[in-house]
Amino acid sequence: MMLIHCPYCEEKRPEIEFAYAGEAHIHRPVKDADDMTDEEWSHFMFLRDNKRGDHAERWWHANGCNMFFNAVRNTVTDKFLVTYKMGELPPKASASNAKLPAAKKTGGAK
Amino acid sequence: MKFSAASLFANALSGHKKWPEQFPNKEPKSRYDVVIVGAGGHGLGAAYYLAKKHGITNVAVIEKGWLGGGNTGRNTTIIRSNYLFDESAALYDHAVDLWDGLSQELNYNIMFSKRGVLMLAHNVHDVQSFTRHVHANRLNGVDNKWLTPEECKDFCPPLDISQNRRYPVMGGALQMRAGTARHDSVAWGYARAASKLGVDIIQNCAVTGIRRAPSGEVTGVETQKGFIGAGKIGVSAAGNTSVIMEMAGIRMPLESFPLQALVSEPIKPVFPCVVMSNAVHAYISQSDKGELVLGAGTDQYTSYSQRGALHISEHNISAICEIFPIFRRQRMLRSWGGVVDVTHDRSPILGKTPVPGLYVNCGWGTGGFKATPGAADMLAHTIAHDSPHRINAPYTLQRFATGRLIDEAAAAAVEH
Repeated sequence: MMLIHCPYCEEKRPEIEFAYAGEAHIHRPVKDADDMTDEEWSHFMFLRDNKRGDHAERWWHANGCNMFFNAVRNTVTDKFLVTYKMGELPPKASASNAKLPAAKKTGGAK
Repeated sequence: MKFSAASLFANALSGHKKWPEQFPNKEPKSRYDVVIVGAGGHGLGAAYYLAKKHGITNVAVIEKGWLGGGNTGRNTTIIRSNYLFDESAALYDHAVDLWDGLSQELNYNIMFSKRGVLMLAHNVHDVQSFTRHVHANRLNGVDNKWLTPEECKDFCPPLDISQNRRYPVMGGALQMRAGTARHDSVAWGYARAASKLGVDIIQNCAVTGIRRAPSGEVTGVETQKGFIGAGKIGVSAAGNTSVIMEMAGIRMPLESFPLQALVSEPIKPVFPCVVMSNAVHAYISQSDKGELVLGAGTDQYTSYSQRGALHISEHNISAICEIFPIFRRQRMLRSWGGVVDVTHDRSPILGKTPVPGLYVNCGWGTGGFKATPGAADMLAHTIAHDSPHRINAPYTLQRFATGRLIDEAAAAAVEH
């Protein structure tokens, strides 16, 4: 079981306290629904990066503080690189990136 | 060589030391008519049917690991076709039709055992949902029948049907044509039969890129062993499909999750069939080696690690012990995980892609093994004709834009 750092509780808690909530930073389209094509809806609703490597994703501290937050986790090693509060920028675009361990490319097709 | 009683006898005389290699491990040629990415049951089967049914023998199957080392060798070997929707019934029942007689066709014992799959109902909703499934299946010509709790007990004696249990058995849906097969044999059998027809099987050769012409169509794949030209490419890479398709610039409606299974220490034959319980959420059968084979749901997060968390297995075991208290003192021997690619409607994607010459077979989620021969046959047909077969025509990539989903996720009335 993974230990996950909740950025609101500011401590590591066991995975069973959390619920996975899918890929992060997928924005609901701001366009009027009538002006959107089926393809645009499909991008929002169904298409996912499903990345092999560092993956930005949402978690919900459902059996804890009940807050949603974002995380970057390596999907090959399952190691969390960073967790950050909702509304904050993903670490690639922020200064805290310097503290991140370099993402390992372990095997895979890339 | 052909496997037969005579060849077994002849090789016994030489101490089983002179059996020939079943399929050679080839180095890639510079060009093939068709390259299949992924040497699992689906990919090897597609190569076999391309050669056998469509006369396309200049085919390579490229595998980043070893043959059958992905989900083909990591599943719980259950075969069934009792799906609700017409599209699903057609596809999965086609697979069951092909499972029948596959040992003879491949001259390889895949040990398909039609021992029956019993799906237990534990509450009123289950009863209503499963009887609806039974009726829908029978209208589609798929065998499935309703059993009372007593009939369930007759069919599967280890079952506890006492009504004072937390999850009492209120009946069950039984598909008699369903059962299990030896999963490794399926990969080996297809590999042997395909390579006999001229297909090259190239292992330890990860695909690193898909090369396309300026006009858009595919021209080949970049691999660890260099560039391999291809007229057509079929991607059958299960959990890694998103990674491969991204190389052709296609973002997929897929997420890859760990799915775990485990086996007990081997015991004497005690369990005659496959039992699934959606409400308690686990399934169980007994392998021919005597191990109890257990499975349940996926882990909650996406991962390519081929492992999952212990509390998922713990839930699996507690669910089995709830339905079968006789197994409470059984010790577990091994557990493992695979990477399953899940679509939003829990139905596969099997057909053409927006890129000319690129075909995809993916999204089988937690239930791809049962479909192996059917999926392989349909992928081969789609590649050979550059157009889908009637059976796989609904399983397009475009359905996630058009909205024509095949929503088995809702139909199953259970969390997948």
